[in-house]
Amino acid sequence: MPQNDLTTRSIPTSRRTPAKEAEMNMHSMTVRGKDRYKSGVLEYKKMGYWEPDYEPKDTDIIALFRVTPQDGVDPIEASAAVAGESSTATWTVVWTDRLTAAEKYRAKCYRVDPVPNAPGQYFAYIAYDLDLFEPGSIANLSASIIGNVFGFKPLKALRLEDMRLPVAYVKTFQGPATGIVVERERMDKFGRPLLGATVKPKLGLSGRNYGRVVYEALKGGLDFTKDDENINSQPFMHWRERFLYCMEAVNKAQAASGEIKGTYLNVTAGTMEDMYERAEFAKELGSVIIMIDLVIGYTAIQSMAKWARRNDMILHLHRAGHSTYTRQRSHGVSFRVIAKWMRLAGVDHIHAGTVVGKLEGDPATTRGYYDICREDYNPTRLEHGVFFDQHWASLNKMMPVASGGIHAGQMHQLLDHLGEDVVLQFGGGTIGHPMGIQAGATANRVALEAMILARNEGRDYVHEGPEILAKAAATCTPLKAALEVWKDVTFNYESTDMPDYVPTASVAM
Amino acid sequence: MDMDVPTTTDRVSLREELEAVGIEEILTQLDRELIGLKPVKTRIREIASLLLIERIRKRMGLTSGAPTLHMSFTGNPGTGKTTVALRIADILHRLGYVRRGQVVSVTRDELVGQYIGHTAPKTKEILKKAMGGVLFIDEAYYLYRPDNERDYGQEAIEILLQVMESQRDDLVVILAGYGDRMDKFFASNPGFRSRIAHHIDFPDYSDDELIDIAELMLREMNYKFTPEARAEFVRYIALRKNQPLFSNARSIRNALDRLRLRQANRLIADLDHVLTVDDIKSIEASDVRASRVFGKGGKSAEAD
Amino acid sequence: MRITQGCFSFLPDLTDEQITRQVQYCLGKGWAVNIEFTDDPHPRNNFWEMWGLPMFDLPDAAGVLMELNECRKVYGDRYIRMSAYDSSHGWESLRLSFIVNRPKDEPGFRLERHEAAGRNIRYTTTSYAADRPEGRRYG
Repeated sequence: MPQNDLTTRSIPTSRRTPAKEAEMNMHSMTVRGKDRYKSGVLEYKKMGYWEPDYEPKDTDIIALFRVTPQDGVDPIEASAAVAGESSTATWTVVWTDRLTAAEKYRAKCYRVDPVPNAPGQYFAYIAYDLDLFEPGSIANLSASIIGNVFGFKPLKALRLEDMRLPVAYVKTFQGPATGIVVERERMDKFGRPLLGATVKPKLGLSGRNYGRVVYEALKGGLDFTKDDENINSQPFMHWRERFLYCMEAVNKAQAASGEIKGTYLNVTAGTMEDMYERAEFAKELGSVIIMIDLVIGYTAIQSMAKWARRNDMILHLHRAGHSTYTRQRSHGVSFRVIAKWMRLAGVDHIHAGTVVGKLEGDPATTRGYYDICREDYNPTRLEHGVFFDQHWASLNKMMPVASGGIHAGQMHQLLDHLGEDVVLQFGGGTIGHPMGIQAGATANRVALEAMILARNEGRDYVHEGPEILAKAAATCTPLKAALEVWKDVTFNYESTDMPDYVPTASVAM
Repeated sequence: MDMDVPTTTDRVSLREELEAVGIEEILTQLDRELIGLKPVKTRIREIASLLLIERIRKRMGLTSGAPTLHMSFTGNPGTGKTTVALRIADILHRLGYVRRGQVVSVTRDELVGQYIGHTAPKTKEILKKAMGGVLFIDEAYYLYRPDNERDYGQEAIEILLQVMESQRDDLVVILAGYGDRMDKFFASNPGFRSRIAHHIDFPDYSDDELIDIAELMLREMNYKFTPEARAEFVRYIALRKNQPLFSNARSIRNALDRLRLRQANRLIADLDHVLTVDDIKSIEASDVRASRVFGKGGKSAEAD
Repeated sequence: MRITQGCFSFLPDLTDEQITRQVQYCLGKGWAVNIEFTDDPHPRNNFWEMWGLPMFDLPDAAGVLMELNECRKVYGDRYIRMSAYDSSHGWESLRLSFIVNRPKDEPGFRLERHEAAGRNIRYTTTSYAADRPEGRRYG
């Protein structure tokens, strides 16, 4: 068996029979001693990146990849290559490894399972030593885990499905600037989801017109309004105009209702300096919340999270752009990993799906995202796509935001799927109301309060939902109108990203 | 509340009704737990039947409003009043006359304060905890001190009376204590008397019942009398009953605790002996006989 | 004007029966319920006066309603709210809060505008009722 093969680099297609290959793969094949560092090329699984007997340490970071090797490539070798390329390996043996504690720094693939019902795909579990990462840096973490390896030729596709972040590493991050509990305390709102709306149309409103929408929606009963991801500073509305008019609207609505209100002022800009300037202005005007887009990058997000903590500001994150790499099942990064990174990075709000709305989101998978945002401990739940036990070590909780194509008539389903600690954003469902924006907001608020009241009374609100809404509508014309206009609106499409494990009913013996 | 089914019916299967609420289980449990007490058990059965029928009458639209359910339990200490209160709470709960079924057991000290303005909050605190269940006031007559006009107990009494009247569907009050003293208490507080629907008298246990109780308690703790020890204990009971501070089943339990102590001492004294399960379980006659109840004059009481 | 703080302010005022069910929900979760009242309902007035301490370990809502009725007798002309406290780790704050009593007349708030540098305006919210001393603000 050729140990060093200089003619075909990277992953040779196997010359062994599959049975032989499988049998060999059951054991560590790591070449030890002097031979390991002989110049030339060695299979990754012989270089120490495949260690089937390795037991991950409590302090290891573990990544789960979905590996789709090119035809004829041994899945173990492909997985070992992922471990190698995301840690110490390069395409050939280098003697300089011997100047380091190389064995510690090598990522170790310790388990490879075929993906259920997906021929040609494999789940590879890879453990990384804590010393491979800079404390408190998502940029460093992501550069290591997804930096290079996704374009690796012997793989058809690669997806980062989930990560286990050890407490030792979690503790090096600030976490959400405010957190769910303090956000509720600051907003003085307890016991129900918060209500929001994105100002529509997304583009073209002048500052004055924009503020009008904010005022109407907040006065009507919403807690928050929101800029859209691409509302920054354009010819039709300079950012300062938007901030000034929005804060007039917020203060007027606050006085009119006696309630705390907020509007997410999007401070996303071309440079950090610009973002800080906008955030400072938002603070000067007394806003309780600002907003950034995921596309500003992980480091900018962490910087803004630190700024938000220093300045008593809630930080909303729009996950702009994420679908380019989260949506397809075989390639990219799962949103659950992004959610984990964002909780570490320190945002307070994150869009995490609606289940029933217009954007992608299978119920079980979405449930997994919500748990990652809100729980202090996530037990492994394969049926929700959660592959690891994750302790958050009292890191603040992130408020998930449900936005896109939802309306008052779905209130019972939203409460059932998403729970109580969530911001429900009814953009079209508020602004598109036939009786006006205030009426739209009131319809949503009444529907929500009626549903919470019924749930707390112990009613089967999921099944009696339409009835509960109809009864509330009897004394609330705006709700009646909303239920009428949107009664047939649903978005039933097949999800593109669903859990691979489905619970099966077991027979009680 | 599960009792208020608004629609009236005209047909009810008594058997189904009984099985549905499951009070038979509680009555059986009571029979099993408590030895003797025949008259008490009969009274409870009667009350349970009455309440069951009342519940059906309500459903048929023949009656409305919450019935008065407050009770008085009279009898000497250790005659099973607290245990019966727990079972009564269970029965009331299953029949839907109280919502939660907890028993809050108090004496004067927990209701009455030491200074002005102290009593009302204390009494209300207890009442709040008892809402939805049963408030059991032991030695209730201590609330009333006729010799002291300004006694704070009076304040507690007034609050209790008011709640017993106006919040009959929120809680049931049981007043308990010695028979003669309770009689005097009721005589000078007619307000209480008129609010009590059921009086239950708890008789003292007979000697035979007390020995049965002792054996039941031992069995529960995995002990037993040898035949000689049992005979000694029969003698013990006869003597102990005539001494001061005798409190029925409670005195039996205390006596058994001391027997176990003496048995352990006896066993430890002989370190070379290899113990069998039987040795460990057995109370010997000598363990009983060492009691001071058998001593000269038999004057010593509980602290034998 | 109707102040819409709290969880159920957009619904018709809750009846005692409805309040009881909400309180029972809280007790069932193991939360302590506190009755709080104020005649200064500014949205940023967090600390309403406490009517006694939060009620711990109650099995049944009737006890809370008993206190609420006592409180209404004394402060029926003010705002009264129920607040439920959850002591579990990771929360340790309120879980539910809703208004159970309001003054007959709610005059609401004045929005004061102070022109500052540039186009900036400083806003201040003041309760009309709070112009008078505490205890003489409503009714």
